[in-house]
Amino acid sequence: MTPIGAMHELSIAMSILDVVEEESIRHGEGRVAAIHLKLGPLSGVAKEALLAAFDLAREETPLKECQLLIEEIPIVVYCPVCKTERSVVSIQNMCCAVCASPTPEVLAGRELEVSAMELCQ
Amino acid sequence: MKTPRLVEVRQRVLKQNDLIARGLRQRFHESGIYVVSLVSSPGSGKTAFLEQTLSMVRTRHRTAALVGDLATDNDAVRLARSQVPVKQITTGTVCHLEAEMIRNALDGWMDPELELLFIENVGNLVCPSSYDLGENLRLVLMSVTEGEDKPLKYPTIYNTADIAIITKTDLAPAVEFDAAMAHTNIHSVRPGMEILDVSVKTGDGMQQWMRLLESRIAESRAAQFNQVLEAKR
Repeated sequence: MTPIGAMHELSIAMSILDVVEEESIRHGEGRVAAIHLKLGPLSGVAKEALLAAFDLAREETPLKECQLLIEEIPIVVYCPVCKTERSVVSIQNMCCAVCASPTPEVLAGRELEVSAMELCQ
Repeated sequence: MKTPRLVEVRQRVLKQNDLIARGLRQRFHESGIYVVSLVSSPGSGKTAFLEQTLSMVRTRHRTAALVGDLATDNDAVRLARSQVPVKQITTGTVCHLEAEMIRNALDGWMDPELELLFIENVGNLVCPSSYDLGENLRLVLMSVTEGEDKPLKYPTIYNTADIAIITKTDLAPAVEFDAAMAHTNIHSVRPGMEILDVSVKTGDGMQQWMRLLESRIAESRAAQFNQVLEAKR
C-alpha cells in the first residue's frame, strides 16, 4: 500500500472518532467499547487500511480501547431489465448478476457510516 | 461486567465534509457559478488540459481556477499563463482536497461576477473519490500512456465522476493504446459514462469538450431559471 493511501484512511479514521466522540457525549455516561461501521466497496475506503489507520488514530484519545467492527455492505443496483434490485457481477463489471444488463443506478455500496456503538456503563 | 448497551448512531463518517459541500453547492447555485472539478493520477495531463480549457473559455465566461497540490505552486504558475485568476491550495500531507479547503480558499477571493470555477484536485485516484467538493461536474482523466486497464484498477473514482476524459491521444500509436478497449473498460465500471478522447497538443477533441461543457452549463442555467419561475408562482 502506498503512504498516500494510508494518509487517506487515517483522516477517515479520525473522522470516525470525531463522530463517535460527539455521539457518546450526546448519550451521556459510559465508555465506548466498540464502533459498528458500514462500509461499501464504492466508498473509496479500503477495510484493511482503515483498520490499521484506526489503531493509530485511537491512541492518546479517550477511545483508545475502542474496537472498530466493520460490516461490509455489498453493491446493490437497480436492473432496468429485471426491473428489480440486483447484485452486480463485480465492482469492475457493473452488470446485473442475473441478466448481465449494464446497471448504472447504484442503490447501495457507497456507505461509509457509523451505524451503532456499544456503551459500557 | 455488564453487557454493553448497543446504541444506534447512523451518521455518515464524512458528514462534516458533506455539510460544507452542501453549503458550497447552495452558494454556487445562488451566485450562478458552474463548478467543474478534475481528478486523475499524477502525470495524466490535468494541468495541460485545464490550461487549454481556461484559455478557450475565458472570453465567453468569467472564469477562475483553484488548484490543489501537495507542496509546489508549479501548477498554479502554469495555469496563470491562461490569464484567469488562479489560486493555489497547498494540502501539505493531505492527499486530496476537502470541502473546507475550498470554502477557505474562496473566502475573500471569489469574484462576485464569477460564472465558471474549475477545481484541480491533487493527483491521486483513490482518496478524492470520498470527498464531495460541491461541484456540478466531476471529470476523471486518464492518459493513453497509463494503459487501457486503469478504470478496472480504480473503479470507485470512475463511479463518482460524471465524464471520463482520455488525454494525450496524439501518443496513442506510439504506446499502441487500444481506445476501444479503454472505452469498454470505462463502461464496465460505469455503464453509460460519457467519454471524450482529447489531445491538448493537436487540439483533437477540445472543441467537442467545449460543446459538452457549454451544454452542461446551459442545462444548469435552465434548471436554475425554472426554479426561479416556480418560486415566483
